[in-house]
Amino acid sequence: MTTAVVKLGVGNTASVMFALERLGAPAILTDDAICIAEADRIILPGVGAAAHAMHLLQTKGLVELLTTFPRPLLGICLGQQLLYEDSEEGDAITLGRIPGRVTRLAATPEAPSPHMGWTRLKPDHDHPLLEGVASGAYAYFVHSYVCPTGEATVAIAEYGERFSALVARGNAFGCQFHPERSGPAGARILSNFLSLPC
Amino acid sequence: MPTKRIIACLDVKGGRVVKGVRFEGHADAGDPLDLTLRYRDEGADEIVIYDIAASAERRTLDYAWLSAVARKLDIPLCVAGGIRTVEQAVACLDHGADKVSINSPALERPDFINELADVAGTQCVVVGVDSRAEGGDWMTYQYSGDASTIRRTPRRTLDWIVETQQRGAGEIVLNCMDRDGTRDGYDIEQLAAARRVLTIPLIASGGAGNAVHFAQVFAGADVSGALAASIFHFRRVQISEVKAEVAKAGFEVRL
Repeated sequence: MTTAVVKLGVGNTASVMFALERLGAPAILTDDAICIAEADRIILPGVGAAAHAMHLLQTKGLVELLTTFPRPLLGICLGQQLLYEDSEEGDAITLGRIPGRVTRLAATPEAPSPHMGWTRLKPDHDHPLLEGVASGAYAYFVHSYVCPTGEATVAIAEYGERFSALVARGNAFGCQFHPERSGPAGARILSNFLSLPC
Repeated sequence: MPTKRIIACLDVKGGRVVKGVRFEGHADAGDPLDLTLRYRDEGADEIVIYDIAASAERRTLDYAWLSAVARKLDIPLCVAGGIRTVEQAVACLDHGADKVSINSPALERPDFINELADVAGTQCVVVGVDSRAEGGDWMTYQYSGDASTIRRTPRRTLDWIVETQQRGAGEIVLNCMDRDGTRDGYDIEQLAAARRVLTIPLIASGGAGNAVHFAQVFAGADVSGALAASIFHFRRVQISEVKAEVAKAGFEVRL
């Protein structure tokens, strides 16, 4: 029942670990490929920029593993963006588990970038990750790049433009928001991820 | 329209929450963890914990209480106080902070902003700016945590915030010192001027005295969030009342 949280570099991974602790979920923070490969599920938190994160994953020998991991994998924030094929951020080739390209969020007078704050999740369809989460629940976002909407989209959010806030394709899942800092709704989504069958 | 954020700030000194008026003299306002959780329950969108003496005392904040708070908190946490190296900022993130706010050290060495943004990402970098009206302009101040160390810098506030944005700041907290602790309302003129030169989010700080002041600063300066400390500590106004007032004025808030 172990969840491996990928230690990629600098970021708020401690927040993610504390959230798992509050849920009573056993988890380890690690960058060890063997340990991650053997985990029941993986959480890939967001850290820094896409190109730099991919470089770190390559250095640690994790790209192939994350591309082919057969059990539930949850990308958070940049972690969700890395699930797509490529990113405008540093022209990075990413993990390719979801089709599409991540693009820059345009700053407008109405919507300064980065998008930093609480925005409603608008479900596209029912999904186990959203069980017990009210439609229109607020989640906390911090990002300046966005994932396109498409078949993988489970919920969208709108800030300047519409983008994928929650995605699922096969056993790859992603949250653009930070469930670890999104109050009870975020905790429920994390707990729903932890309840997905391995 | 993006949701407006109501941010509760805890000024901490010696492990206790304190609050002063215009940066001089401080009164005890409680335990950091107790207050953090109370604000979370009342609907705060974000918590800022600021170790006000750290920079003036040339030290960084206390990681022990940071972890104690971060472990329990399920909304965003930003920390500030004496963070002057990338290593210290990373240590804050490693102890559960989501963002770090830097102020005096960024003025001492502006490259620090670039270095921090490169390592942690701009989304982690908040630049706090202490600013005061002077001769028809606004100027930045440094080491404002203590009356004996505070000093004016040669930097114009509007120039400085644009520079910090270019260097990789993800958000600016503009603390309008003339209003701090006065409860006369936010400095809308200064904040509106700052908003016009920024593309990143701007947070208003200094002067909140009642719920209407929040609605006024969102209407008058179009800031992304408004921060307050003393009025929440002493229960002059509840965060829920603030949100109701801001919603009544036509802005979206997380209720």
